[in-house]
Amino acid sequence: MGLLSDPNRRRALISMLTRLNAPICVVCYFAGVAWFMGLAFEPFTLRTYMSENAMGSTMVEERFPAGERALATGREFAAHKKKVGGMPVDWLVKNMQDRGLEVFTQSFSRTLPFPDENKERYIVKGTNVYGILRAPRAPRTEALVLSAPCSPGDSNNQAVGLLLGLAQYFRNQIYWAKDIIFLVNEHDLIGMQAWLEGYHHTNTTGMSWSPLQGRGGSIQAALSLELSSDVITSLDLVLEGLNGQLPNLDLANLFYAFCQKIGVLCTIQGKLQRNDWDSVSGYSHAVQTMMLMVMKQASGRPWGDHGLFLRYHIEAATIKGVNSFRQYKTDATTIGRLLEGMYRKLNNLLERLHQSYFFYLMPSLSHFVSIGYYMPAFGLLAVILLLRALDLWVQLNTPPSTTEDGVADIDQVRHTLLSVLTPLVISHLTGVALYALPIRFQETAVEHFPVSETEAVVLTAIAIYTAGLALPHNTHRYYIMSAVPDVRGWRVLKLIAVLYLAVLLGCTALINFSLGFILALTLVPLAAFVTPHVPKVLSAFILVILSPACTLLFSVFFFQELQEMPVSFQDGWLLYLSVISQGILDHSLYGSLVYPLIALLVYPCWLLFWNILFWK
Amino acid sequence: ILSATVDAAADTQGTSAPETVVPSSVPQPKDDFQEELVIRPLHSGDIYASFQFRTLWDTDFMRENKVSHYRLFPKSLGQVISKFSVRELHISFTQGYWRTMQWGQPFIPSPPGAELWVWFQDSVTDVDATWKELTNVLSGIFCASLNFIDSTNTVQPSASFKPLGIGNVTDHSFLRYATLPREIVCTENLTPWKKLLPCGSKAGLAVLLKSEKLFHSSFHSQAVHIRSVCQDWQCKTTSWELRQTVNSVFDLHNSGQAKREWSLFKMFSRTLTEACPLASSSKLYIDITDNPQQFELSPATSLLSQAVVLGDRRTFSVYDLTQETTFGSVRSLNLLIRWKSNEGEMLRPLLHAERYVAGYGLQTGEIHTLMYNNHPYRSFPVLLLDSVPWYLRLYIHTLSVTSKGKDNKPSYIHYEPSKDRVKPHLLEMLIQLPPNSVTEVTVQFERALLKWTEYPPDPNHGFYVGSSVISSLVPSTVAMDTNSTRERPLFSSFFPCKEESSYFVRIYTEPLLVNLPTPDFSMPYNVICLTCTVVAVGYGSLYNLLTRSFQIEEPNPGLAKRIANVIRKMRGVPPL
Repeated sequence: MGLLSDPNRRRALISMLTRLNAPICVVCYFAGVAWFMGLAFEPFTLRTYMSENAMGSTMVEERFPAGERALATGREFAAHKKKVGGMPVDWLVKNMQDRGLEVFTQSFSRTLPFPDENKERYIVKGTNVYGILRAPRAPRTEALVLSAPCSPGDSNNQAVGLLLGLAQYFRNQIYWAKDIIFLVNEHDLIGMQAWLEGYHHTNTTGMSWSPLQGRGGSIQAALSLELSSDVITSLDLVLEGLNGQLPNLDLANLFYAFCQKIGVLCTIQGKLQRNDWDSVSGYSHAVQTMMLMVMKQASGRPWGDHGLFLRYHIEAATIKGVNSFRQYKTDATTIGRLLEGMYRKLNNLLERLHQSYFFYLMPSLSHFVSIGYYMPAFGLLAVILLLRALDLWVQLNTPPSTTEDGVADIDQVRHTLLSVLTPLVISHLTGVALYALPIRFQETAVEHFPVSETEAVVLTAIAIYTAGLALPHNTHRYYIMSAVPDVRGWRVLKLIAVLYLAVLLGCTALINFSLGFILALTLVPLAAFVTPHVPKVLSAFILVILSPACTLLFSVFFFQELQEMPVSFQDGWLLYLSVISQGILDHSLYGSLVYPLIALLVYPCWLLFWNILFWK
Repeated sequence: ILSATVDAAADTQGTSAPETVVPSSVPQPKDDFQEELVIRPLHSGDIYASFQFRTLWDTDFMRENKVSHYRLFPKSLGQVISKFSVRELHISFTQGYWRTMQWGQPFIPSPPGAELWVWFQDSVTDVDATWKELTNVLSGIFCASLNFIDSTNTVQPSASFKPLGIGNVTDHSFLRYATLPREIVCTENLTPWKKLLPCGSKAGLAVLLKSEKLFHSSFHSQAVHIRSVCQDWQCKTTSWELRQTVNSVFDLHNSGQAKREWSLFKMFSRTLTEACPLASSSKLYIDITDNPQQFELSPATSLLSQAVVLGDRRTFSVYDLTQETTFGSVRSLNLLIRWKSNEGEMLRPLLHAERYVAGYGLQTGEIHTLMYNNHPYRSFPVLLLDSVPWYLRLYIHTLSVTSKGKDNKPSYIHYEPSKDRVKPHLLEMLIQLPPNSVTEVTVQFERALLKWTEYPPDPNHGFYVGSSVISSLVPSTVAMDTNSTRERPLFSSFFPCKEESSYFVRIYTEPLLVNLPTPDFSMPYNVICLTCTVVAVGYGSLYNLLTRSFQIEEPNPGLAKRIANVIRKMRGVPPL
């Protein structure tokens, strides 16, 4: 580090960095994007492998025979569900008891902050039923969970049937070392949230539930099953959980290994794996798969019932049966055998799953990108912010040398401080308003405008967001009277904003890489180029286009495109509105952090740049 | 004499435990061995089998001249008693958790893993050293990891563990209690246990103890209890009692039978052919209180016996193995139980408890202990004992006891804080449980970060916290038998009974598995590299910058100037 202690060389380095600042930033940006796109290229990725010895070397033989009987149970369940018009609690309790489980129920209720129009629910009341298969000679310290949601309509009946079939089969085996909990949860994620909060006796979201009567110790792993047809063509693995958390990669490896062994088609993000990685279409397939994972992870919402387990450090995944127009079909017995195999291997675990990666992206089920490979892509974007900050710092430190007396100097400092503090405080207050007001004011809005509660919340949010754009004109009033023309002000503000953004994105990317990267892709360029001296109208347009809300809008369209379900602009807009309402709901129901992150930190940060653009 | 313990069913209605008349003219044998097996079909469809072997010896191990002649009493244990001046010793090895709600109360309770508690004689000067030595010796005798008992998992309960034999000791400094919840019990523990029996596993009831079947059960517990007991009701003379017990529960579901049928042979893959020749009494009891509604028994026996066990009057069919007729013409006894129906509700256990860890994350947590009093109108006190390892730092100010939503103030609290790496937390409380209620005891804790050498080989498995012990005198519906010297079936006479209206129950909660913050041991290399880099490059250069004083370096003066300066120096004028 002689470089820094030697003033001459330091000066040379800094002058080079300031002189070549813009080109270096541009190169970094494109290098970052290119690196990211390269991640999906198969030769650059690693093959998945089982890290956990307890699951790797042991052989298990799957013998589950009773797929047809399980489907019959599923049909019976469907009939009872229809008769009761909801969860057939008594039938389930009796059925589980007959299978030799210890059965318990848990009732819960939750009033949503505003009606959920996607799922048409507002006041939710329900009951979870779970049966515990006690492992012989085990002291109730460890457990595994198999869950199936009791969904409205005709879906997921087969999953419940298979769950009961597996319970019956598992009960007669002697090799269990961990208790197995068979859970049928009502109202999908809300029921799951109630059950998990009850099991761990926490209350993070203000839900009311009745305490659980039976437990099986610390849960080691969980699988959630979704199955809506008697035969399936492929099984889809869903990994993305709350706040972009992922289960240990070994769980995905386990699923993949058994799909290979039993001969079931398996997909991730609904995409089959292709072997032609060297062709353009093969590569774009991998990119699509990976981008889907990135988009889902960035959304921060649980993409299956498993998503809520991850908060409790329980490795969990959802397995979805897909029935498409393929010729090769898999029956319920085979799925049962697959699950049997997975549970037997999980039963062999000595420790929690911890050997493999927790931070990864998957361009296909057999390949993964670990944190060491994808972080440089983000790092290249983040370094731009640091370079800009360095440039600004140097500019601020080369004194204009106009001040002679100290009094003016102190005045100047106070003036700068004031001019910087005002936008900082005001933009954060706008953020707080954006976070807090939509739900508070829904009733007032419904009274005065012809909208439903949900629309009221979303439109209030958008209105506050847009109102924030008018701020610069107002904030300047406070200090525009000052006699001394301020040249340093916007630079100080920009320095603070750039460093703020760097810290913000850095922390976000560590927790949820996808969210951090998508935000960096849009926010970093605007942070780099914004000054008060660029063309106002064009820059304002670009700034709005790159703002978080527009990023979300584009993401909605892009996501639909990736799923090969493109939508028209009209539908896309409606989808956009529902995504916003879902985001707010996710926050209040499950504790998803994306909405508060955007409202309280990212949006104010973007407002700072908006302020700089309109600096007077 | 002992065959008289069983009365014919015809003429004993209402009398409780059978009586024995011990004529004083007959000299007592110096030692005596009894064995019995109780089989109770449970309402859940499982079968509970409880073996008890009792050796009584009328000797004094503490005499000056060492006891050297052993007949029925195992010499290895006798030497342990005399060498370590043991007053009472209780050790149990358990695999599995007793499901009170399905199975009712066990005859002899035990926590999962290993449990050891010992009362020493007053003559012992250094109890801790003796205890340490004793655990090591027992570890060898029972082939178990008892040597892992040290000061970090040993406590001295002040009230929960009173001596079960004679002697009214109150100074609990002579008591040591430790559990190893992680201990796994298997054949290697059973074999040395069987060797302590006078007949080994060669004859008598012990032939049934085959490990391949015994470890095929839902619950397995084996124990050794040594204490001194009175010989007669005046308690003029005392004798040493060694009780060896095996309790197991067999799961009928597991054996995969459609028709519900059970026999000795199916359960143990052996039948009984003879009693242990050294035994003065050898009996097989079948709990037929629910008969004949639920099951039928063959071969049938006319011998019936009634006993009050755990607050409930039960009827037993008795098979006396010392009688030739028991084995019939085939010279082997293979009991058969055939279920007729599944009906009948189990009497809900009056007291049961559960425990779990609440919260998430690796920083803090909360231990919840729930105690259920299912008695419809009687409240009763319980003693709760919690021994928590030091690496869970209990926040004792957060301790709360609530029943029915109200604060329930314990009438007695004994708390000893832990000392890091030295001793665990000990919390004992006397709590009154209101009738028909759930009492919840919660206490928050913080998870300690251990030193990296302190982690066990599989740290991500988690760390065990031993079971809580709940001891209580539960109100009884029937009058208990308080006469301690009367001859009763062994299983009903383990806990001394002082009053008629209540009986002693000890229950154990499930152990806890708690995850502590664990470093990633698979990456020490990365950590070392990263740390070295940060220290060398980051810290080093920063330190360098901060401590170095910067000076503007003068350009090197020319040769003429240097010479001139030397001359000026010699002249005493300041240099150029």
